[in-house]
Amino acid sequence: MTAFARLMSGAALAATLAGTAPALWAETPANMLVVANRIDDITTLDPAETFEFAGGDVLRNVYGRLVNFDPLDFEAGYQPDLAESWEVSEDGRTITFTMREGVSFVSGNPVTAEDAEFSLRRAVLLNLTPWFILTQFGFTPENIEETIKADGNKLVITTDKAYATSFVLNCLTATIGSIVDKTTVMAHEVDGDMGHDWLKTNSAGSGAYSLVAWKPNESVTLQANPDFYQGTPAMQRVIVRHIAESATQRLLLERGDVDVARNLNPEDVQGITGAEGIKIQEELKGYLMYASFNQKIPELAKPEVLEAFKYLVDYDGMVNSFLKGQWTVQQNFLPQSYLGAVKDNPFSLDVEKAKALLGEAGVDGLELTIGVRDVQERLEIAQSMQNTFAQAGVKLNIEVGTGKQVLAKYRARDLDVYLGTWGPDYADPQTNASTFAYNPDNSDEAQNGGILAWRNAWDAGGLTEMTEAAVAERDTARRAEMYHEIQTRFREISPFAIMFQNIEQDGVRENVQNFTTGLAVSDASYWKVTK
Amino acid sequence: MTLGSIAITMLGLLFVTFLIGRVMPIDPVLAIVGERASPEVYNRVYQELGLDRPLLVQFWLYLLDVVRGDFGTSLLTARPVSEDIARVFPATLELATLGTLMGVLLGVPLGVLAAVRRGSWIDQIARVVALVGYSMPIFWLGLMGLLIFYGILGWVGGPGRLSIFYDGMIEPVTGMILIDSALAGDGTVFRDALSHIVLPASLLGYYSLAYISRMTRSFMLEQMSAEYVTTARVKGLSERAVIWGHAFRNIRVQLITVIALSYAGLLEGSVLTEIIFSWPGIGSYITNALLSADMSAVLGGTVVVGLAFVLLNVFSDLLYKVFDPRAK
Amino acid sequence: MTEMTGLRAWLLTDTPQSRGQARLASLYQGWLAFRRNPMAMFGLAILIALLAIGALAPWIAPHDPFYQDLTARLQPLGTPGHPLGTDSLGRDILSRLIYGSRITLYIVTLVALIAPLAGLIVGTVSGYLGGWVDMVLMRITDIFLAFPRLVLALAFVAALGAGIENAVLAIALTAWPPYARIARAETLTLRNADFISAVRLHGAGPIRIITRHIWPLCISSLIVRVTLDMAGIILAAAGLGFLGLGAQPPSPEWGAMISEGRRFILDHWWVATMPGLAIFTVSLAFNLLGDGLRDVLDPKGEK
Repeated sequence: MTAFARLMSGAALAATLAGTAPALWAETPANMLVVANRIDDITTLDPAETFEFAGGDVLRNVYGRLVNFDPLDFEAGYQPDLAESWEVSEDGRTITFTMREGVSFVSGNPVTAEDAEFSLRRAVLLNLTPWFILTQFGFTPENIEETIKADGNKLVITTDKAYATSFVLNCLTATIGSIVDKTTVMAHEVDGDMGHDWLKTNSAGSGAYSLVAWKPNESVTLQANPDFYQGTPAMQRVIVRHIAESATQRLLLERGDVDVARNLNPEDVQGITGAEGIKIQEELKGYLMYASFNQKIPELAKPEVLEAFKYLVDYDGMVNSFLKGQWTVQQNFLPQSYLGAVKDNPFSLDVEKAKALLGEAGVDGLELTIGVRDVQERLEIAQSMQNTFAQAGVKLNIEVGTGKQVLAKYRARDLDVYLGTWGPDYADPQTNASTFAYNPDNSDEAQNGGILAWRNAWDAGGLTEMTEAAVAERDTARRAEMYHEIQTRFREISPFAIMFQNIEQDGVRENVQNFTTGLAVSDASYWKVTK
Repeated sequence: MTLGSIAITMLGLLFVTFLIGRVMPIDPVLAIVGERASPEVYNRVYQELGLDRPLLVQFWLYLLDVVRGDFGTSLLTARPVSEDIARVFPATLELATLGTLMGVLLGVPLGVLAAVRRGSWIDQIARVVALVGYSMPIFWLGLMGLLIFYGILGWVGGPGRLSIFYDGMIEPVTGMILIDSALAGDGTVFRDALSHIVLPASLLGYYSLAYISRMTRSFMLEQMSAEYVTTARVKGLSERAVIWGHAFRNIRVQLITVIALSYAGLLEGSVLTEIIFSWPGIGSYITNALLSADMSAVLGGTVVVGLAFVLLNVFSDLLYKVFDPRAK
Repeated sequence: MTEMTGLRAWLLTDTPQSRGQARLASLYQGWLAFRRNPMAMFGLAILIALLAIGALAPWIAPHDPFYQDLTARLQPLGTPGHPLGTDSLGRDILSRLIYGSRITLYIVTLVALIAPLAGLIVGTVSGYLGGWVDMVLMRITDIFLAFPRLVLALAFVAALGAGIENAVLAIALTAWPPYARIARAETLTLRNADFISAVRLHGAGPIRIITRHIWPLCISSLIVRVTLDMAGIILAAAGLGFLGLGAQPPSPEWGAMISEGRRFILDHWWVATMPGLAIFTVSLAFNLLGDGLRDVLDPKGEK
């Protein structure tokens, strides 16, 4: 507490003595979990469409998948969920899942292989944003009759090539791998949309919870599924409230009006550290913060310039000050905890070295525009970069825009420098390798806006083939090795200065146990939570 | 205002909003498909939205829908815009009405008093109170108020419209929780809702007080120097009768205009107040929509706010006729 | 001394020798009335101080407003070398406030020039010409009045890109309709005045009449209104800054500074409060000045 706050609490004491303070709830009910979070990114709750964070959190608790992560043991990797077991064929192209018996949806319908078949086919047919997670295995609307097939209580999927089994199964843990209740969903079908419209705001799953209400920008309410096959969750109701400001979240947490506050900034975390009844929980997440340099600009295509820039970021200064506790230095495109991740972080702020490199390249008086989203943390990183780049004679002009604005320019290859984050889409190294170190067609016409290398007009300098080889490698140890090689080369030649990896710091009431946000590989889960 | 000019104003409003949506450098398609979408997905959505058609055709089609009461579907909330507005507008209405009530009940007497005692310490205090209201950044005042009255003192409820435990306990009839809970006869929810609204409403009330009291003072000064006031005094009427019976009667019309303007301002939704108090009102709804190129939502929200403004004008014109001494 | 007295006498004469003298004399008398109002004088003093601070910024600021020191961030008030503390990147808050006064002045000047001028043109043309011109212009004014101001400003800024110039234009765009209304109302009362008819008889065209004869008479009420709105303008710019659409970093615009500092409001309250106080002081000054000017310029307000 600051002196000011202490002063005010004196007033509070006086007021309490005078008996004017009305009785307010001191804490949330014992069987209810209240989470403060920013949920304005939820625009749909159809698992075939949901692709943002808050939506992923909801759906992880609502839908079962074929394979899934245990919220209390992520080290173990994917585990059986609605599929009890699986077998991989000799040639590595066919995986046969055996469905778990005796599990039913919240509607009461049993979970069958037919539901699983329907769910995966539906995601391919609907062709919505996260659809590539499945279609990268060669599933197309034309061939799904053959490639995704139910057979009794077994589901058989056949991929176009042999892939690492871990790659396929990791992808099935993603939100798009959710198994929906075919009967219920099809009952709400309108104009052949396979229940898409209805599922945007309703749920039909077999998970620990079902959706009671989603009020946009306000709250999401979940109700426990009493017949959940892993046992009825202790928290009868989970309410996620949209609270945009960190300060507001902190006040709510301090007053005990919420159990978990998920968007506290470093200063607020510091402010409540050691406060009575509150603990800080840290989880290493998968997002990376990076800056990238457009290769269409001739100066930026020079290897010395790119190297110089990587020496002009004050990595340690930032993680020890305004990013403290919430970002850690990471200069490789695979987040820590991912298969193949490396810990080599060779770059640090070295203005003299950078100056020498720029001199070698014959670059002088360079002026660049850096596009940044209007998020305070990124604005400060940009200002710090502006400061250190200026010391080597490179002028950075900051251009702030809303997320959508900056992104549109970035995707159109119109930015000199981009500063932003990247979050993995599924729990496999391919998710980042296929965007940072892969670009099969660097022409403007290719319009591969989904690929980061393309957005920076970088041809991936020979890494494309290495990435393709790594994803097909079925020996896990060898595969990890291949990613090490790719990343070493990437660090040296790529136009990406990867800087930090995110750590989520949640303020949690002391009595809340077993709350996890899914580390770098998954989303928040509530069903193991107790109070 | 005649019906014709109302229609023209609304049409103009719609068209300007529509144009804004089209010149914004935010790609509405990208807003739907997300940043990792493939070109095929992108093109399909582009055509679905009808963005390949000429601008005027798009506007005409939109107009036809609006006349039928269909504002389209919001991208951000995945539901009809009309449904969204039915949810967010009452929240703003409730807050703005309470704020305006506070502003009027305190601001008018303060303004009258300041004018009657011109130059006295009351006048000076009223001036400073009002000017502080004019000059304080609302987000600063809001966060401080929340810290002190909620965080430290615990006198009021926190951000949001209700404590989470009561959420969904009252069937929305009007969408205004205070009214709904009173209708349902549920005192607990009513008190809880009151404890949540009191801080943001006081904040807005303060701003409207600042404006209303300044304007009241200025109108009253004008009247107090008029001849009829002197005449009334000479006739031996009590000061009270002179002030309220004569001078104040004559400023009612101007005052109504001012109050209507200030009320309309609050009905737009104070985005900053809404963000700080996690108040799901129309201001943040429109802002979010605008920043995400959710144009159906922006258009719908603008139409509703514009309509509220126009209706308030019509209503104050009516009151005008009732109160205007010359109309009698 | 005698000269001063002579000048005073010349200004206060009851029988001015020339037009110029009459005009100066009325200005001087206004000034005398204004000077009797201590609150208004106080406001004026603050604004003069602000001008001085803005002009002398490089000489009076103790530090470079952009100099970062990540090891000395969020220093409290009264830290040696940083009387008002430092911000999140370790920059000196006092120096930033001093340099920021330039931006505030810039915003205020620009909006105060654009919005009333636009309003004046629309209002006087509309009021003087009447007929369908009046109809069309007033309809447009109505549309802009009925438009949610924030949507308009946000859309404008979003369309043209964030930045202080665009923020100023956006604010001006939302601020002109009330001025147009005022100017029109004044014009309507003036249009049929005897002296305007006389000028018209002398063969003056509408443009000449509007610019030479009507504008000067509308200006005083506009000036009063502008000074009273000034606080609103600074706050609107700060509000756009709060939403990330105002001044671009690392600019020390006061609104942007509050917006940056609001993250620390619970533990490091001064980071947001110092620029908040600065905005408060300046808008208070404009308000006091406006109140004083109203008493002087607006004959209706006189006792």
